[in-house]
Amino acid sequence: MDDLMALFTGPLIAINVGVRDFGLALEQQDVQVIYVDWSPPAGGDQEMLDLLDQLL
Amino acid sequence: MASGYLIRKNQYYDSVFLMRVARALSDEPGVRECAVVMATDANKELLAGLGIRAAEVSAARPNDLVVAILANDEALIARLLGEMDARLTSSSQAVRAADYRSLEAACAAQPQANLVVISTPGAYAGREARKALEQGKHVFIFSDNVPLEQEVELKQLGRARRRLVMGPDCGTSLIGGVGIGFANRVRRGPVGIIGASGTGIQEFTSLIHQAGSGISHAIGTGSHDLADAVGGITTLMALDVLGADPATEVIAVISKPAGARTLELLQERIRRCPKPVIGCLLGLKTALDAGPRFVQARTIDQAVERTLAALGVTSALLLRMPRKEKGEEIPPRFPGEEGRGVRSPRYLRGLFAGGTFCFQAQQVLWDAGIPVYSNTPLDSRYRLTNPETSLEHSIIDMGDDHFTRGKPHPMIDATERRKRILQEANDPEVAILLLDFILGEMAASDPVGDLIPAIRQAQESAARRGGRLTVVASVCGTDLDVQGLDRQKAMLMEAGVYVLPSSAQAAEFCRDLIQRGEGGRDG
Repeated sequence: MDDLMALFTGPLIAINVGVRDFGLALEQQDVQVIYVDWSPPAGGDQEMLDLLDQLL
Repeated sequence: MASGYLIRKNQYYDSVFLMRVARALSDEPGVRECAVVMATDANKELLAGLGIRAAEVSAARPNDLVVAILANDEALIARLLGEMDARLTSSSQAVRAADYRSLEAACAAQPQANLVVISTPGAYAGREARKALEQGKHVFIFSDNVPLEQEVELKQLGRARRRLVMGPDCGTSLIGGVGIGFANRVRRGPVGIIGASGTGIQEFTSLIHQAGSGISHAIGTGSHDLADAVGGITTLMALDVLGADPATEVIAVISKPAGARTLELLQERIRRCPKPVIGCLLGLKTALDAGPRFVQARTIDQAVERTLAALGVTSALLLRMPRKEKGEEIPPRFPGEEGRGVRSPRYLRGLFAGGTFCFQAQQVLWDAGIPVYSNTPLDSRYRLTNPETSLEHSIIDMGDDHFTRGKPHPMIDATERRKRILQEANDPEVAILLLDFILGEMAASDPVGDLIPAIRQAQESAARRGGRLTVVASVCGTDLDVQGLDRQKAMLMEAGVYVLPSSAQAAEFCRDLIQRGEGGRDG
């Protein structure tokens, strides 16, 4: 099946990045959720982040 | 007044978590003001506004937590700051050991994952979304303030890889019965919806449920998708998906106005869609030419009715949609008429949590020739220069950036709306207050209960002036939502609020009140 259509036919398995409540709300609906312990990369230093993005 | 603060280096918490900590802190007796924030530039400005300007606060970075408290009692401040670490770590939402340090690590650990839900600050969301798409995942991006060029790039990447990009600024989707973001619990059924607005999707899906039908999928596109820069990439992909989906019989598209070129693309794609399509492009004044299976609607209510009609739902089922509940009892006279002041009360003030409801209410009034000011106006000549101060008839989107910078959205926290209700009630020219309440996943646990004391205070304040404040409201939600639609409505009616079954009808009710007042004040 086309990957796009598969999203609408198979079970959802979610990765949560950011506000934890989004993942918790999915879990309450019996969706499997795994969480990323996210924090601003490069300590939130935008210049450092731009530099990193250029290197990667 | 005394103040105090603490900084915790490299302790990052999400905004909703911090909001809860801040709310608990501000509930402590004696606390005048408090801030519990990550030290972003915007939040440091907020702290400076509270008088917290120490050099170490200025030097703090977005990964550093700052807690500031203003109170009359220095000992209280010291005690609360001393307890802060315990408060932070005792929370049930503290990070779990099983969490992954990066999206890449999470994808490697669970290769079957098919959806990444992103709600980081906007400046970082594009980066995470790109990684997710490159890993072959579909994405739901709640974050707003993502640069438009990044949105275009992400959606082009998604289209090339056959992955759906819902957002940025996407509040709601329902995929196979699962609500993502701010969604209401609804039964499954034959109606598919594509929406650029989260609250538009919530209202539509809730009303379809209340009418006895159900939703196959609701696909949020993000608020900018139909702008010409983006070209409706997600909307068009969603139309293809729902057109091919065997569970979907009718498709509704709800949005604010589209760019001219994108509107052409949309019409062309709707013409090719094998299923009936109901289009509600709020604010659009022209009739669309999108083929024989297309039906246009002016309001979300009309979209619901026309969707049900396209399904061939019997009139009995249509009748199950309540028309006007409390609204049948229209006040006998214009509500402001009893005012005794030199300036008699006559103006409407709408204070909205839902941006689309705010837009739709303005449209209802403008359609009747009633000019209305707003911080998000339909007519730019009626933009409030200061969103904090209403003029004449004003309808305020309290979820707009001005009100949410450094503060929680009114759908999850009533503080700002509570203050504004009391402010409007102190204006002797205000006759009608129009409010919306939104239930469902992620929303406040008791949206009506949070505002009832303020509503009662506002009514009393008008009564003390010898006048009367008419309060009109709608509640978006279903009987399956945890907050309970009936319970929420009952609290409003108990407080003498006119409760209408939808946001459009609440606005129409206010329109009728204003017209009756201006046309027949002596009668």
